[in-house]
Amino acid sequence: MSDHTTAVEPPKSPTSVVDDRLAQVRLTTRLLRRPELGALLAAITVGLFFALTTDDFGTLNGMANWTSVAATLGIPAVAVALLMIGGEFDLSAGVMTGSAGLVMGLLATELDMNIWPAIALTFLFAGAVGFINGYMVVRTGLPSFIVTLATFFVLQGINLGVTKQITGTVRVSGLLEVGGFETAKDIFGGSFSTYDFRMSFLWWIAITIVATWILARTRVGNWIFGVGGDPVAARNVGVPVARVKIGLFMGTAMAAALAGIMIATTLSSVQASQGVGEEFSYIIAAVVGGCLLTGGYGSAIGAAIGALIIGMAFIGIQFSGWDTDWRYLFLGVILLIAVLVNNFVRRSAEGARK
Amino acid sequence: MTPLLEVRGVSKYFGNVIALNDVSASVGEGEVTCVLGDNGAGKSTFIKILSGVHQHDGGQLLMEGEETRFSSPRDARDRGIATVFQDLATVPLMSIWRNFFLGSEPTRSVGPIKMIDVKKAQRVIREEMSKMGIDVRDPEQPVGTLSGGERQAVAISRAVYFGAKVLILDEPTSALGVKQSSIVLRYIAQARERGVGVIFITHNPHHAFPVGDRFVVLKRGKLLGAWDRGEIRQEELVKMMAGGAELDQLTGELERSQERP
Repeated sequence: MSDHTTAVEPPKSPTSVVDDRLAQVRLTTRLLRRPELGALLAAITVGLFFALTTDDFGTLNGMANWTSVAATLGIPAVAVALLMIGGEFDLSAGVMTGSAGLVMGLLATELDMNIWPAIALTFLFAGAVGFINGYMVVRTGLPSFIVTLATFFVLQGINLGVTKQITGTVRVSGLLEVGGFETAKDIFGGSFSTYDFRMSFLWWIAITIVATWILARTRVGNWIFGVGGDPVAARNVGVPVARVKIGLFMGTAMAAALAGIMIATTLSSVQASQGVGEEFSYIIAAVVGGCLLTGGYGSAIGAAIGALIIGMAFIGIQFSGWDTDWRYLFLGVILLIAVLVNNFVRRSAEGARK
Repeated sequence: MTPLLEVRGVSKYFGNVIALNDVSASVGEGEVTCVLGDNGAGKSTFIKILSGVHQHDGGQLLMEGEETRFSSPRDARDRGIATVFQDLATVPLMSIWRNFFLGSEPTRSVGPIKMIDVKKAQRVIREEMSKMGIDVRDPEQPVGTLSGGERQAVAISRAVYFGAKVLILDEPTSALGVKQSSIVLRYIAQARERGVGVIFITHNPHHAFPVGDRFVVLKRGKLLGAWDRGEIRQEELVKMMAGGAELDQLTGELERSQERP
């Protein structure tokens, strides 16, 4: 990359003689500068471990299994990563997967709506919730942790209360009879190969690519790093901080809604308690992928890899025949390791010569 | 010659606190106006009015001779007033080129999609930084790994590159060592040479004196005095800043310490 630019550079000062030496350390520096490097190594380790210790993990069927878990987790996690790079949290993202499924399900089953307008309205609903989250955070200056914790409980209450009120149970079912459901399932909840790879897998990859591109190559991406790294500095140079943050909250809520719609169309029903607790998995995936809790640093690919690690561990633990509750221990341990590693990375990036 | 930016008798109140009272100053093309004052003198309020963060409550603000009012920092920036805030000029974790272009990224269109022209951005920062005498080897290097003076240089060259007519520097040397400070003073002189009007806020008369064409001293929100270069000696400026009595005491202490072998 530097070879292209040297041609048009103005005459250099004598100090540039040392450039050749620096070029040699360039590769390692560049690698270490990638936030997702640690996650990638961890993913390879976890993957190899379960592939070697269990029979099914390495097969295509097994792969379809863990990519499915990773995908429904990874889609919101990638959005959460962008939000965290932008310096905010969203604790309501997990419950939003449930809310979205319920909104879609109730509109379709109770109001006899076709699935497609129901899906459109669900995204609208998610966007509105995200907007409210973002607006409250930006206007009040309160930590997003508190604001979205409130949203989390409000949504959870509504999910359970409204569902019970309308259906008399804690689930919405009967989606199979809804008009357009088959096509919606083909797009959101179905599988695309004989090995039962889920559509969510493709969505996940597509969203990761788009999010990475946004971060690396668009103005908005640059702004996201700016508002997370130092909102005052960003505002001073003319970045519309409030708009960027609100947009990120809306994106997160809508990504969670997409995951919720996928779960609902896969299962043809929605539990009112769906998604509670998932928000932490998203945050863990983002942190494992290199996002700093303080904002301004991280990667979308990293979050996707973080989700992959969690997906592999969940299914791997199942395949190993261990009690599935052990996965929480695993989540805790990788979170702690990731935070420690990130802390070190941050220090070397930020404070080298202060 | 009409000054680029001028204030006439501006005042600013926060509730019943008078932060700034009847202050006048100006800066012209290729000039450095130094605004001096101790902590709480109203320097920050003063530059926030000039940069559009606050709106003045009384007096006039003139841009190239016409009375105006900046509705926001963005408005001020669009009209050629660039402000480099102390310690808040750059985002440490972002790379040099991302910092340089933050908020004004160069784009190229690929079909209907606009994306950042990274090649151009990296080329421009190498050119601009080398004009400041800094050789950027790796544009992807995080700004946090640069020295304090280099970080100010990034902010200053950015402002000049984006066509700032007036550059407001908020205590650019306050957090720096002696050597780094002198480097920043050289950047200020370079910006002046390129025809930019510089407003240099500082509480250090020793930094102001070598580069300043005009000196404005604030104290407790009021204008203590304004002088052109040559009308005032450095010692007088120092005296003005510290307040006579405190300085005499300081001089006494200094002399005593000098007497020691």
